[in-house]
Amino acid sequence: MSAEQELTHDAGVHGDAHGADAHVDVHGEVSLDVTELDVELPGSGRVATPDVAEYAMRLGDDSLILSQQLAWWVSRAPELEEDLALGNLALDLLGHARALLHFAGTATGRSEDDLAYWRDEPEFLNCWLVEQPGTDFGDMIARQLFFSLYQTQLYTALLSSGDESLAAIAAKAEREVRYHQDHAVQWVLRLAGGTDESRSRVIVSLNEMWPYVEELFTDDALFDRLEGIAPKPSTLRAGFDETLAVVLAEAELELPTAKPAMAGGRQGRHSTQMGYILAELQWLARRHPGAKW
Amino acid sequence: MAREASPRREVVSGVTAPTPAATGVRPSDEASARVWDLAATILDPEVPALTIEDLGVLREAHADGKRAHVVLTPTYSGCPAIDQMRDDVASALREAGYDDVEVSYTLAPAWTTDWMTEAGKRKLEDYGIAPPQARSDAIRGPIPVTLGVKCPRCHSLHTREVAKFGSTSCKALYQCQKCLEPFDYFKIH
Repeated sequence: MSAEQELTHDAGVHGDAHGADAHVDVHGEVSLDVTELDVELPGSGRVATPDVAEYAMRLGDDSLILSQQLAWWVSRAPELEEDLALGNLALDLLGHARALLHFAGTATGRSEDDLAYWRDEPEFLNCWLVEQPGTDFGDMIARQLFFSLYQTQLYTALLSSGDESLAAIAAKAEREVRYHQDHAVQWVLRLAGGTDESRSRVIVSLNEMWPYVEELFTDDALFDRLEGIAPKPSTLRAGFDETLAVVLAEAELELPTAKPAMAGGRQGRHSTQMGYILAELQWLARRHPGAKW
Repeated sequence: MAREASPRREVVSGVTAPTPAATGVRPSDEASARVWDLAATILDPEVPALTIEDLGVLREAHADGKRAHVVLTPTYSGCPAIDQMRDDVASALREAGYDDVEVSYTLAPAWTTDWMTEAGKRKLEDYGIAPPQARSDAIRGPIPVTLGVKCPRCHSLHTREVAKFGSTSCKALYQCQKCLEPFDYFKIH
């Protein structure tokens, strides 16, 4: 597909029972402008090596899936301010996902949209924590607490990455995830120090999410090949534990004791939740390839 | 908005600003400076009191005959306004007669509210948004400093944070305890 080529997605491409006119009326002019997509992409034109691309994809997928999960809360949060807060967090994560997946895609000539919408479940490399259901407010906050503490450690370490694109993405993300961490910590303190009901429920939620923490800090062979570029996940654990201990002490909560899950997200093995998330995330793009508005 | 040779070009406030000399500064050659000035007329679509120059989003401008190249940097990673800014800059340059226009993005160095001009901060306050009250270092040290945010209407420091996340990524929601008005605060970043 050449850069100048413009594909017009009219009713003829995906003609269906609704007929051509109905289709055009409902969706307007739906077209794919390849040039436009290229310009949209942030980055400096560098091409990632296969190992760096795999790493960027892991991080990008974490952010993409969590962004999708948090977006569920918009209009469902307990108060309007929280709708806005969670929408903002989701938007930050989507920004990180775009930059990371764009960079990952340079290794194989795929765009961020190709990676987000046209990969199947085993090709996603996100961790299990971000896949876990968070439609209970306490569960969502527990997931946010663990993940934002991890991301703060991660992006702080990535600031000194030997890969200039990863370092540039981290420099922006690090400022943003500090706000995410602050948001989660404030809510954990509020729930733990609130009513008996909120306290008992947040304790359950923290235990529900705890099994998925281990995977965030598990090293594998990829990191041996990324010395100086990506921090070994295990090296981020001490900072995570330290901050978590401070938060739990302040909230007068015990460290959860649930055993680690047999998570395999980094190898493309996902929990049962993942298929449902992708179905919602990818449905529109697959139903109307190249759609834009 | 007319923008002939502006006498003062503050790019960063304070003396110890870490901004690299190469970006965020109006070019010294006349041709590139013209491109810069044209781009500098574009307003932030979400905070229309500020130009992209006031905001620190405008990083570089280059001209070569009828060719113009402008480099922007996004504020927050997910800020959707950046695409609108790009389109607006491109239109302004095409209208001014440049026929080969390129607007690209850079992520590094990462945008910070430290780059907001003093003029920009005054405009924000006049518009009803409290500008960032300190340099970005203040929120990143080992001991986070809590700062009083001044009400843009009555200038009272007796204000409280209602929500850390507001109508756009860059803003938090505050309320003045004295005049009771709610207002947006442009967060330190």
